[in-house]
Amino acid sequence: MVMFWVALLAISILIYLLLDGFDLGVGMLFGLADGEARRDEMLRTIAPVWDGNETWLVVTGVIMWGAFPVVYAMLMPAFYIPVVVMLLGLILRGVAFEFRGKASRSRRVWDFSFAVGSFAASFMQGAMVGALVEGLQFSNGEYVGGTFGWLTGFSVLCGIGLCFGYALLGVCWLVRKCEGPIRDATRRQIPLLAVAVLAFLVVVFTHALVEHLPILRRWIERPYLFVFPLIGAGAAAVLATSILRHDDYWPFHMVALIFASAFGTLALSFWPYMIPFVITIEEAAAPHASLAFMFWGAGLFVFPLMLLYVAVGYRVFRGKTAATADHY
Amino acid sequence: MDPTALLLSRLQFAFTISFHIIFPAFTIGLAAWLTVLEAMHQYSGKPVYRTLFEFWLKIFGVAFGMGVVSGVVMAFQFGTNWSVLSKMSGPIQGPLLSYETFTAFMLEAGFFGILIFGRPRVPPWFYLFSTAMVALGTTLSAFWIMVNNSWMQVPTGYVLQNGQFVPNDWAQIIFNRVVWVRFPHMLLASYLTGAFCVAATGAWYLLRRTYRAEAHVMLRMGLALAAVLLPVQLFIGHLVGDYVHDYQPAKFAAIEARWHDEQPASEVLIAIPDSSTESNKYAISIPVLGSIIGSMSLTSKEVGLTSFAPQDRPPVAIPFFAFRVMVGCGFVMLGLAWFGTWLGLKHRLDRSRLLLWGIFLSFPLPWIAILTGWYTAEVGRQPWTVYGVLRTADAVTPSLTAAAATASLILFVAVYAFIFSFGTYYIYRLLRAGPAGLGGKPLHVPVPNRPMSLADQVPSHSYLEAGE
Ligand code: HDD
Ligand code: HEM
Ligand code: HEM
Repeated sequence: MVMFWVALLAISILIYLLLDGFDLGVGMLFGLADGEARRDEMLRTIAPVWDGNETWLVVTGVIMWGAFPVVYAMLMPAFYIPVVVMLLGLILRGVAFEFRGKASRSRRVWDFSFAVGSFAASFMQGAMVGALVEGLQFSNGEYVGGTFGWLTGFSVLCGIGLCFGYALLGVCWLVRKCEGPIRDATRRQIPLLAVAVLAFLVVVFTHALVEHLPILRRWIERPYLFVFPLIGAGAAAVLATSILRHDDYWPFHMVALIFASAFGTLALSFWPYMIPFVITIEEAAAPHASLAFMFWGAGLFVFPLMLLYVAVGYRVFRGKTAATADHY
Repeated sequence: MDPTALLLSRLQFAFTISFHIIFPAFTIGLAAWLTVLEAMHQYSGKPVYRTLFEFWLKIFGVAFGMGVVSGVVMAFQFGTNWSVLSKMSGPIQGPLLSYETFTAFMLEAGFFGILIFGRPRVPPWFYLFSTAMVALGTTLSAFWIMVNNSWMQVPTGYVLQNGQFVPNDWAQIIFNRVVWVRFPHMLLASYLTGAFCVAATGAWYLLRRTYRAEAHVMLRMGLALAAVLLPVQLFIGHLVGDYVHDYQPAKFAAIEARWHDEQPASEVLIAIPDSSTESNKYAISIPVLGSIIGSMSLTSKEVGLTSFAPQDRPPVAIPFFAFRVMVGCGFVMLGLAWFGTWLGLKHRLDRSRLLLWGIFLSFPLPWIAILTGWYTAEVGRQPWTVYGVLRTADAVTPSLTAAAATASLILFVAVYAFIFSFGTYYIYRLLRAGPAGLGGKPLHVPVPNRPMSLADQVPSHSYLEAGE
């Protein structure tokens, strides 16, 4: 039961990273793009799916609360400021989707809040991951690290790193969904972002190893775990060739694979800890009665249905966006 | 623990949830109404239904967007501000909220995109299905959140183990009497919100003498629905009161402003409760009616607030007045809905401008009733967060500082005020422009690779006859 919920939590986090990742990325690039037509086009590629994407954040939050309440109750207070800022960012960008189309003179306001909100949410998510890897102070199951305990050089670096990562997903998504000059201009941004992301990943993992030497032993004892970084490296190679071939389809999938392998590498490094070196998965798990209740309905039956809705949604809006001019 | 952080957290929770509930209250009803419109259009082929659908869909989109983003805040606020509660009740509230997310939020979110953008891309039956799924999602969401809150009001089906509420009877938690009166009360409240907004818009157009055809449909459907639902709602309200009487005597006494035990009890209609003297000023009360309302008896003894230790008493003024405002709104709406339906049946509605004004101005009433209803329920629950088991003061996050709580509260107020003013302004503009004002273009842009089907034909001439 516990393993089932860890797996579902991990899958949900990964789905969230990939799905909301590309639309947050498009949001940040939106701030840099000039020209009304280009912005409209960018927005059109994500407008039908963003709400579903963001819901995976809620899925992650409630699985954590239901299946690992102790962790939820420890982390949320530790991340008080970043969570609040992230939520405000998500609010500002979320309403912009609807408001922008209804606005006349105030359109610029929503363009701005869309880009800034996307950036604030992405940055804070990265910073929280960074702070978690670096370590937070707890005592007796309470957070004691202070209001700004999460804010360090490393967590800022991770915040920036995740922004680059999301932007990379975003450009690959645009390449996949757009045509003509927009696609071509966007494609030119891929190499720069890809290099930045890979460099950043190397820095993070080196840092994690240096700070927490015990991790190193796990990798030496279980060399088969190296498949994860290897998959990532392979994906990076395919990404490079697909860009050279001007392929529209593969870059997105390869970047997604890089994300997945980075996530896997990080998670396995700290296994079986949920909050690194503070609390393990077993210690954090909710009572069996709660896990079983969630398993026999939500987990076993509804979760696959949720995946089905996502698939249906993406299938209805498949293909290049420009081909059918949806109203907005 | 910092007392200021506690107060600020309570204010922040009250503020953000009050903001959030404005939108679900509207979208739950509106989603159901959109489903009805789409079904009627597909069944009868009458263009007016399609026009109305497209029109209300725009408004639905704006309200739904604001509902989603403010809801995401709620899901995380339990952890950030009420970490002790989260940890203790996580094994019960967490799974319930998971069910809400899995069965409701994902359903809504998944089909919302199709509802707004997908019409040209899917067959009509699937579009209708998507509309129905969004409506189902909003209803399920209301169900699970009411289960969740009802457990906090009347905790059952658990044992306290190692500082956590461990569930031992899920059937008891979900299928208890409290849920099954409070969920219908909330659902009907949402339908009434939708009905009154639709009717008020119809009345507004009639007053402005535009969109006659659409206005008539809106007014008739809205008023008829409200006329049927209101008596049911008032009856269920009575059942809700029964549960409070049985399980939360202190709250009941606060609602009634009854300071001392009475037998038989009188009913205070209106007064100014004064907690310093533990009595009411300027009270107008009716003898014996209190016993009848509380226990359906002429002689029963009803408990007063002084039977509870001072630290276990809720504040009195807020539940007392909030309850009266809610009930008052209910009766005003009942009067409007019945009178309006009656005049409508006699085809005299168009000419009674006074009533049309009344209906037009009544659109805030359901919201006021919903907010005051929740204030009755939540403030009356104090000083407990989980009734009788966990005090609000013990539930707050221990590490939260007053400075952090102040900062977050200010930010929430600022951002919410900003988006609320623009959001209501955009909705107002959409409503003002009316069904024909949808950007001046045809409602449905034909798509090159899929010719317009007959069912999709847009009745562009209906504006002309409607707009005179
Ligand atoms: C009776 C109705 C009701 C009540 C009392 C609440 N909600 Fe709500 N909520 C809804 C009815 C609703 C809804 C109708 O399902 C919404 C509003 C508009 C929408 O898009 O969905 C929604 C949206 C919504 C979302 C976004 C869903 C998404 O991502 O699509 C979340 C996370 C929450 N809510 C969480 C909460 C929490 C934690 C609440 C209590 C503290 C709460 N809601 C009270
Ligand atoms: C005679 C009329 C009514 C009576 C006797 C009544 C009774 C009550 C009572 C006693 C509560 C408090 C429940 C608690 O503490 O948990 C309540 C809550 C509430 N009421 Fe009413 N009500 C009436 C009319 C209405 C109307 C017309 C609406 C809305 C259109 C409404 C909406 C609500 C809401 C949203 C709540 C909070 C949710 C809940 O606690 O269930 N009520 N009502
Ligand atoms: C949507 C309508 C709701 C409204 C308008 C509402 C209103 C309020 C108000 C005014 C307070 C502050 C009470 C005080 O501290 O004096 C409060 C507190 C609280 N409410 Fe609600 N509430 C609603 C729904 C819910 C739901 C659905 C839940 C749980 C599932 C919930 C859980 C809480 C919690 C945890 C607190 C903070 C702790 C406390 O003060 O007891 N509320 N709410």
